[in-house]
Amino acid sequence: MKAPARAHPLWIAYIVHRLSGVALAAFLPLHFWVLAMAVSEPGRLDGFLAMTEATAVKFAEFGLVFLLAVHMFGGLRLLALEWLPWRPAQKSLAAGAAALSFLIAGAFFLQAV
Amino acid sequence: MPTGVLNVTIDRDGGAERFEVPAYDNQTVLDVVSWVQQHADPTLSYRFACRVGMCGSCAMMVNDVPRWTCRTHVSKVTDGADIHIGPLRNLPVIKDLAVDMDPFFDKWIAAEGVHHGALTRDDPIARVDAVSVGRVEANAGIECINCSVCYAACDTVTGNADYLGPAALQRAWTLLNDAKDEARQDILDAVSGSGGCHNCHSMGSCTAYCPNDLDPMSAIAGLKRETAKNFFRRGR
Repeated sequence: MKAPARAHPLWIAYIVHRLSGVALAAFLPLHFWVLAMAVSEPGRLDGFLAMTEATAVKFAEFGLVFLLAVHMFGGLRLLALEWLPWRPAQKSLAAGAAALSFLIAGAFFLQAV
Repeated sequence: MPTGVLNVTIDRDGGAERFEVPAYDNQTVLDVVSWVQQHADPTLSYRFACRVGMCGSCAMMVNDVPRWTCRTHVSKVTDGADIHIGPLRNLPVIKDLAVDMDPFFDKWIAAEGVHHGALTRDDPIARVDAVSVGRVEANAGIECINCSVCYAACDTVTGNADYLGPAALQRAWTLLNDAKDEARQDILDAVSGSGGCHNCHSMGSCTAYCPNDLDPMSAIAGLKRETAKNFFRRGR
């Protein structure tokens, strides 16, 4: 038996929150590895940072900022849903969280390129 | 007069079986299943009673969505002529479309979803303020017909067999807010265990598919708040 239709906003908000969390967790070791270069191999770090001028890296950064934004606002949405007295405008909150994430990630992207 | 033919696939014990069922302008999914049982295969097993959305016994998976079949018009589930009907998800199948509801009702009890009264018939009838906050919360959930659509829709139930599920937790929330219920602490203990309300990921499928437009997800959010408050109060 297939799972029931999940094409409703709350389920999509749920899965976006989970996947962005997993993706961010997977990124963390790389992040710390690069940061550690500042102490162990400063020369190599400069070379690494020069790469951030490349368009492909800019796109990757856009993705990263989007993941951070979508995860943060998805988390705030959950906190509001579970800790504040229930409001029926929840679907709007979920949609708003996604829209705001796009706005922030988009603004960052425009500034970067 | 039939207006065409519906291609109906029904999940049965031996695998999916196809039936051609006459289509009518005004036809529910339960009508389709009943036609198959009455005209094509009398061995088809399914469950229904009231046919008017009161008893909660006819829920099935229709095109992969859990629905009360007696109040679901065929035109609501398909634009064409293909309908796929199966037994409710997350419950053991007895035969064909009939599922064993025992786990569902056992969890209802496990969540303390029973009335805990303190008065006897000799006491005066308790006065309840119809517009108090608690009563409004309790009223929001009392129209549950135990159809198990929310339970079948819930991915958390699929992933955790011990999870009490949306219906039982909503019942617990209703009783927690009922001024006549005397077992507040028992309910909070029952819903804060390993299979309790904190398993809920707020996916919202229960609320999205409840045929009576109830909102179990919000009821569970209420339980999360109350159990957390209770935990910190006890800790002090």
